[in-house]
Amino acid sequence: MHPILGYPRRLGLYLFTWLIVSELLFYVATYHHGGIDKFQSVLFFFPLSVVYAFMCLSAWYSCRGIPLEDTSFTGMLVPHLLAALICAFFWALMAKALASGLSRLPQLQGFDEKVVRSIPIFLAMGMLLYLLAVALFYVLLAQEASREAEQRESQARVLARDAELRALKAQVNPHFLFNSLHSISALTSSDPKRAREMCIALADFLRATLGLGEKALISLEEELSLIHSFLAVEKIRFGTRLRMEEQIDPGTLDCMVPPLILQPLVENAVVHGIANLIEGGWIQLRVDAVRDENNTTVSIEVENRFDPEAPARRKSGVGLANVRQRLNTRYGNNATFSVNKNGERFHVGLTLPAERKAVPA
Amino acid sequence: MTQTAERTRAVIVDDEDLARQVVRELLQAHPEIEIVAECGNGFEAVKAVTELKPDLLFLDIQMPKLDGFEVLELIGTELAVIFATAYDQHALRAFEVHAVDYLLKPFGAERFEQALARARKRVREKLPAASDLKASTRTPGEFAERIVVRDGTRVHIIPIAKLDYAEAQDDYIALASEGKKHLKQQTISSLESGSRQRDLDERRR
Repeated sequence: MHPILGYPRRLGLYLFTWLIVSELLFYVATYHHGGIDKFQSVLFFFPLSVVYAFMCLSAWYSCRGIPLEDTSFTGMLVPHLLAALICAFFWALMAKALASGLSRLPQLQGFDEKVVRSIPIFLAMGMLLYLLAVALFYVLLAQEASREAEQRESQARVLARDAELRALKAQVNPHFLFNSLHSISALTSSDPKRAREMCIALADFLRATLGLGEKALISLEEELSLIHSFLAVEKIRFGTRLRMEEQIDPGTLDCMVPPLILQPLVENAVVHGIANLIEGGWIQLRVDAVRDENNTTVSIEVENRFDPEAPARRKSGVGLANVRQRLNTRYGNNATFSVNKNGERFHVGLTLPAERKAVPA
Repeated sequence: MTQTAERTRAVIVDDEDLARQVVRELLQAHPEIEIVAECGNGFEAVKAVTELKPDLLFLDIQMPKLDGFEVLELIGTELAVIFATAYDQHALRAFEVHAVDYLLKPFGAERFEQALARARKRVREKLPAASDLKASTRTPGEFAERIVVRDGTRVHIIPIAKLDYAEAQDDYIALASEGKKHLKQQTISSLESGSRQRDLDERRR
């Protein structure tokens, strides 16, 4: 798209500047012939100037064809000078034709002779104006190139962030899967009905997590149902050792959150908390909407009992670090994440902006 | 001990009831193996093994209080150990403490039988003592964060951070922590190699 022809406001500004500059130039150039009077200016110079303004707009295409960066100075200068000469020549011809037409008017008799004497001035001015247009277009081209580079850069940043998010997207812990399958295999002979229940709970969880691959955000309700199917499996494994308490503000259910942002916290509470306690323990999940004057944030807390003297398990903390990083990549400073150990209580708190379902991801 | 004449006495250790159930069920095909105890955590396991002196131990690794390796470190008796866990990353360490076999959950009868066959062979042979092995099996750069000490059937866990000093006494080491002294049958060099050297240096000063 032509950077001036394509935009009415730019075209207006261009023509306005053009008229002032060319009129001034013309006045200076013809000064020693007694200048031009208003009548000549309106009838003769104004139309010529407007026509030439449009002719010079064609310089855009030659500028684009001869990029500044990879052309030698002469390779650039020669074609532009040639084009300037041709344009100026045609312009001078037009001036001559218009002048001879105008000289038929009684007030302007002999005007054509005066113009013919000024032909060299027309040629020189035409070339100068054309070359000015060339300079203008090179400036515009450079501006466009830098804007494109900026756009590419920001696009690359977005792509990199997406890739990072995909890489960080929590995976189903294979040990959870193996342990669950082992429990199912135990139940097949002793309690086939519960074995089937556990198969179904496990399938529900897997189906839900497998479907998350493409989604950037899911509703909190979906995330919670994911946690419920996860806990349904773990409850069969741990029996009464695993107790879950939930306090969910129903107003937050349609808030959008990154998928698998809470499940790793609950899984952590099971693996590093409940699994290390002989008598088991509780996990508390609280979700609240916190409103201040401008916006609403969702506050999520997962708290569980743990044994501070438990044998260290491998990979401890990886899940938490992953959640922290994903929050940071997605929300920057708009999300917070905290981990606190207090005696036998392990507390993870996070806040993130409340985005409703209507907001596209 | 002659295997044909005597029954093999086994203890099952796993914190998940269903996991113990699998072993119990698979052992039903072997009337010559008697299950003398089932334990849901490391403390119970140490107590059961100390009191009952079984020949065969089915041992989970990740359990409350003491993990499977710590249990092995404490029981110090000659017995065949079969690990059963969902984690494959401990396999190398398991064989370094001379485990008979390493069963990955979920496992079936066929794999279980292989493990039992190896265990029977091992029960007939002389076994290396399970104690004193643990420290030597840590990979370089991996250090103990705590020391486990058995006092009869009771177990004490001493975090390295709460250890005041350790001193050598013949084949034993005396560990002082929070005003109490614990004796452990281990050489001080093996303790050092397994503990964070810096921590021990700090405590000697």
